[in-house]
Parts: sequence; structure tokens; C-alpha cells
Amino acid sequence: MDVRSQMSMVFHLDKCLGCHTCTVACKNIWTDRKGAEYMWFNNVETKPGTGYPTKWENQDIYKGGWERSNSGDISLKGAGKMKGLLNIFHNPNLPVIDDYYEPFTYKYLDLTESAQMDIQPTARPVSLITGKPIDIKMGPNWDDDLSGTPEHARKDPNLHNLSATEQEAMFQLEQIAFYYLPRICNHCLNPACVASCPSGAIYKRGEDGVVLIDQNVCRAWRMCVTACPYKKTYYNWSTGKSEKCLLCFPRIESGLAPACMHSCVGRIRYLGVLLYDADKIQSAASASDNSLVDNHLDIYLDPFDPAVIQAAKDNGVADSTIKAAQESPVYKFVKEWKIALPLHAEFRTLPNLFYVPPMLPVMATISENSKDLSTLNSKARAWDDKWLYDTSIDEIFGSIDNMRMPLKYMANLFSNGDEPMMADKLKKLMAVRIYRRHVTVGDISEAKCKAALKDCGLDLASAEAIYQMTSLAKFDERFVIPAAHREQSIEMLESTADVKGSTGFGFLDKPARGI
Amino acid sequence: MDVILFGAFPYVALVIFLVGTIFRYKTGFKYSSLSSQLLEGKKLYSASVPFHLGILVVFLAHLVGFLFPSFYTSFGGMSLVYLEVAGLIFGFLALVGLVFLFIRRITNDRVQMVTNKMDLAIEILLIAQFAIGLLVAIELKWGSGWYASNMAPYLWSLFAGSPDVVAMAAMPFLLKLHVVLAFAIIFLIPFSRLVHFLVVPLHYITRPFQVVRWNWDRKTIRDPKTSFDDIQRPKNN
Repeated sequence: MDVRSQMSMVFHLDKCLGCHTCTVACKNIWTDRKGAEYMWFNNVETKPGTGYPTKWENQDIYKGGWERSNSGDISLKGAGKMKGLLNIFHNPNLPVIDDYYEPFTYKYLDLTESAQMDIQPTARPVSLITGKPIDIKMGPNWDDDLSGTPEHARKDPNLHNLSATEQEAMFQLEQIAFYYLPRICNHCLNPACVASCPSGAIYKRGEDGVVLIDQNVCRAWRMCVTACPYKKTYYNWSTGKSEKCLLCFPRIESGLAPACMHSCVGRIRYLGVLLYDADKIQSAASASDNSLVDNHLDIYLDPFDPAVIQAAKDNGVADSTIKAAQESPVYKFVKEWKIALPLHAEFRTLPNLFYVPPMLPVMATISENSKDLSTLNSKARAWDDKWLYDTSIDEIFGSIDNMRMPLKYMANLFSNGDEPMMADKLKKLMAVRIYRRHVTVGDISEAKCKAALKDCGLDLASAEAIYQMTSLAKFDERFVIPAAHREQSIEMLESTADVKGSTGFGFLDKPARGI
Repeated sequence: MDVILFGAFPYVALVIFLVGTIFRYKTGFKYSSLSSQLLEGKKLYSASVPFHLGILVVFLAHLVGFLFPSFYTSFGGMSLVYLEVAGLIFGFLALVGLVFLFIRRITNDRVQMVTNKMDLAIEILLIAQFAIGLLVAIELKWGSGWYASNMAPYLWSLFAGSPDVVAMAAMPFLLKLHVVLAFAIIFLIPFSRLVHFLVVPLHYITRPFQVVRWNWDRKTIRDPKTSFDDIQRPKNN
């Protein structure tokens, strides 16, 4: 057992309101530079939709991630030692800037400095690459809120195994539903970007599992862009170096939440430590398709198990980190309550970002309500107009079968196509709602509520805990971050007198393009 | 003049090359192949692949002739013809590829934005060098033979510290030009994007796929006997 610690995340999709505050916070800190304008370390996509870059989930196009051979070995789909070195002069699987979008701004000065004319001056869009006027054809969030559905939502790669009828049903105007999918780097346990880098510039930090690109070693061989199935490594065309989300590691080291998480308005984001067994990575990543998710989640260890604690200590994991692992909200969501799943487990990178699937837009059906209102209390009745989201509980879990978004679609994203697993998570979320309805509205008996909880392996205490963590958790409960130890912090090891009068510590070169 | 061009200039070029590339490598960040494939992908394919393939083979052929001259002198008859034709084909590939690359670089708006004077200068120099090289191969036939017997000794004399300027001065003009241009290009390597050929990632072949960097030695970090006084600064800072 090789116990290591990993900073991992949970995004609760039911709470995401699609405000893009996370995106803006990240943009302003990290990618507001020449060559990085088109990069979004954090972005929020509308599902169904094609995302950014367009159709990134379709690995027939982008060749990202790992693939499993019949013999059970895994290899990189579009990169690797043979393919990577043979394609080094021209990488046939590299997305070009148009697959993302050509970054642009507007000539705002034209509005104020234009000569007097008969017509109003306009601010024309100009490319941030060439500086020339362009027609904007694409943006980082072009299909937000289902805009351009025929072009975008209809071409969602996750619809590939849905029948034409199922797809039609999904896109009926009265039926149509969507939810948001915020994405950052997954800081995977089996990162394809690291494995694909010919220079060895990309690495996983042993202490906290953050995946980083060493800017001094990157030589622009561009294989990481192909290999990352989530398309979360980006090539900076100006400096000639690849860049990616760094989980705001300077903030994490000092115990602060990353900028995207700190600024999250819906409070959907949770960050905490998971202890995992590095010896199991290879077998988990090469597990068969139907046991992939289970094997992935099996890697994470119980932080209360004395054997795990001892093994962690032997491996240099600090007591504060072990304590953080015990209080980790991520551990609770993923291992204790089992309501969070990784995104696209089939890419086999073992991502460390888990999603609590959205229940409301998915399960609620809109129907003409003909329920007997007499059982409801007066407040609930007042809300119950004729057409309403039908979250009725007469038939517990009944609506899972006629969800607005087919279970198959949801399973394609979060459970590697395993529909019962997906239904199980949605059932749990529904059961927690039933429990809360029992507590607040009171039209559900305790016996019925307990039956619903028991049906999906929860009890009153865990339902209350899920509710607390989902709705009421304060900052320190959502983010349990063990700060770096002072005695180990890098800057403490240097004499400040040595660098007095100079620019400071760390990476001091300007990120200027090589000659 | 010959003394300057063939006696002194090669040394200047080699010293600048050595010092310059090492200095640039130490600063790290500016060492990159500066790929422009993200901005333009399609044309790059039909230009970059033949160019790199061509220059790689031709460069290695020159290197082998320099290091093991006897390898080429062993060729004769039809095998010599095949060798010459192969050389011409790869030289031609390199030339055509680079001309395409040059055209792409000056006609594509986006690629222009990542083009500087040195990129253009080095591409023009290389085009000239390839063209002259092809001319030499056609005009002065059986180059693989006389390269091994006549040129390799001059190059060896350079490294022995006593350049054989007299032998060089007797060579045809085209060949002299080829040699001077070669050293000019070597001179410019540390100031151009050509440095990327020095960091060909062959170590990738033997490396394990996953890379983990520990800031600290995890086996001793919790040991009370570990002194923080003599801990080395982590290499990724």
C-alpha cells in the first residue's frame, strides 16, 4: 500500500446556476495574457451542448485519453511513445485555434475617438491574434443556455447511443431541459497529459497530487493537448509553452481555496483531501468497462483506518493532511454517501473531480397537475398551480423512469453508461428531498420517508448530513485544505538577505517568446 | 580571405554555438520549438513533415561521412548511384518542404504574428543552403565519395586545431559557399529557434509514463532526525 494524498474536488451540479463567476475569477488571475486569451482553465458548459473546444468529448475526433486493448493493457489513444515521436513534426490530432475560437476584443476607442459622422460609430471586433477585424463565428461559451440548439445541443457527443425517438423527446420545446457542467482540470491519478509529454515537463506533485507543467522544460511538442481527453491543457501560441489549471496551488499551500471555488456564488464546489493507494492505479485504470467506476472509487482509502493512517505517516503524509482527509467533504460525497461520480470515466485517466449529478432539471417532469391537493398544507398548495414541475412523491422514484433527460444520456456522462448506477445516485438525491419534505412540509409520513431512504441505503442521520453539507455548509466545511507546513515551505529555506533588493523568489523570467 | 573563412570563422561559429546554446539552455524558458500548429494545421503537414524528414536524413548522412568516412568510400558501382539518388531525394524533400514552410509563414496572417526577423533569416539561409547543396550534388558528382575523402579530413583538421586551409582553398566555389553557409547557420543556432533540435526528446522512449515530483523526500520528512538545515531547494522552484 503506497498511500498518497490528493487534493480532490466535488461539484454539486444541482446548485450550479451558470453564472460563470468561477470562470471570470480564474481568467483574471491566470489567463489574461497574450497567447492565453483563448484558454479557460475553468469553464462552464451547458448540457446538452458541444462544449469547449467544440465536441471535446468525442475522442474519435480528438483522440484523447487512454484506450484498453483486448488483452487488458491500456495505451494512449492519440499520443504515446511511438505515435508521439512519429507525429512530432506535425501532430494530426491537435485541435487548431478554430476548434476553440479565435480570441477577440472590440475597438472600443472607436466609440469615443471617431470623427463626427452621420452614423453612429461602432466598436468592431478585432482578432486578438492578428489584430485585424474579424467576423466572430465562435466563442468560449457559444451554446450557453441552449442557444443554437440545432447546431450545438443536438450535436452533443453524449447523444451517440440514444435512439432518434429518445433524442426527439429530449428536444421537444415543452420537455427540453438543461443543466450546467463547470469544468476544470481533473488533476487525474493516471494523467494522460503527463504520460504523453515527450520532454517530461508535465508532472504530478507528490505531496498534493496537483498536475503541473514545468515551463522551463516544455518544448512545445504539443502532445499533452491531444492526450488530455478533457482538453484542459492549452498551448500558448505566443510563448510556445503549454499551460494548464494549477488548482491555484499558491493559494492551496497557504490554506486558501482556489479562486474559482472561493468565488463560487452557488457554493457548488467542495475541496478536500482524499488518501489513495498509488499501487492500485494501474489495475484501476485498466479495469474492464463495466467495473471501471467501481475500481476507480476503490482506490480511495478510509482515512479513519489505523492501517491507512500508519501507511500514510510512513509515506511522509503530515498529520494535518490526515486530519483534513478525515474531515474531507469530498470523502463524504464520494465514499461515504456515494452520490458523486467522475466525469467520463471511460477516458481512464482516473479524474479527481467528482460531480453530484443534477436532479431537478433531469427528474422533474412538467405535467398538468391533477393530484389531490388536500394532502398538502396551505403553503404547498399555494405553489401548486396547474402546470408545475412534477416532483410528486406518490410513487416514490416513479419519475426516474420518465425523466426529462434520458437516464442513458446522464449515464454516458457520469457512470460510463451504467444506467442502474446513475439511477442509484439520483434516487439518493430524491430520497434526501423526500426526507426534507417530510421535515419541512410534513405531507410525507416518517414511515414513508424512512422507507424511501432505506430503499437507497441511507438513513435519517446520513440524509440530514447530506442536506447539511449540500445546503448549509459554511466555507470551512466546504474547503478543508491543509496548508503547507511552515518548516517545509520553500521560501522559508532561503535567506531573505540573499535576495534583498532583487525581484523575489521563484520563477523570475518574463514569459517572453523564445527567439 | 580563405584563412578567415576556413581557418578562423569555423572556430568563432563553434564557440558561439557552444556558449550560446548552453547559456540559453540555462535560462530554460526560451528553449522551445515554438510550434505554430495551433494557429495553422493543414498546410503545416505538407511542409513540416517533408522538411524535417529530409533535413534529418541529410544531416545524419553528413554526420556519418564526417565520423566514419570509410563507410562511404566502401560504396561503388550501382550502390553508389542508389546512395546518391537517395541523398538527392531527401535533399529535395527538405528544400521543397522548407519553401512551403516559408510561403506559409509569410502568407498566413496568424503565423505572421509569431514570425520574427530571425525566423525569416534562418529559413532563407537554410533554403539557400539546401539549394546549393543540391547543386553541389548534381554539378560535382559522386559527392558521397569525395566528401569522405576530401571534406572529412578538413573537418577533422578543424577539430585537431590545425585547419587545413590550403586544401579548402583548392575546392570549387560552390562547395566553399556551402561550407561557409554551414558555419554561418551553426553560428546562428543559439539565436534562433533551431535550438530545438538539441532537445529531441529521445529520453521519452525509456521513461516511465507517469512522472511524479516530490518536493521533499517523503520517507524521511516525518523523521524527527531529519534536519531542515541541509535540505536542498526543490528542483521545481
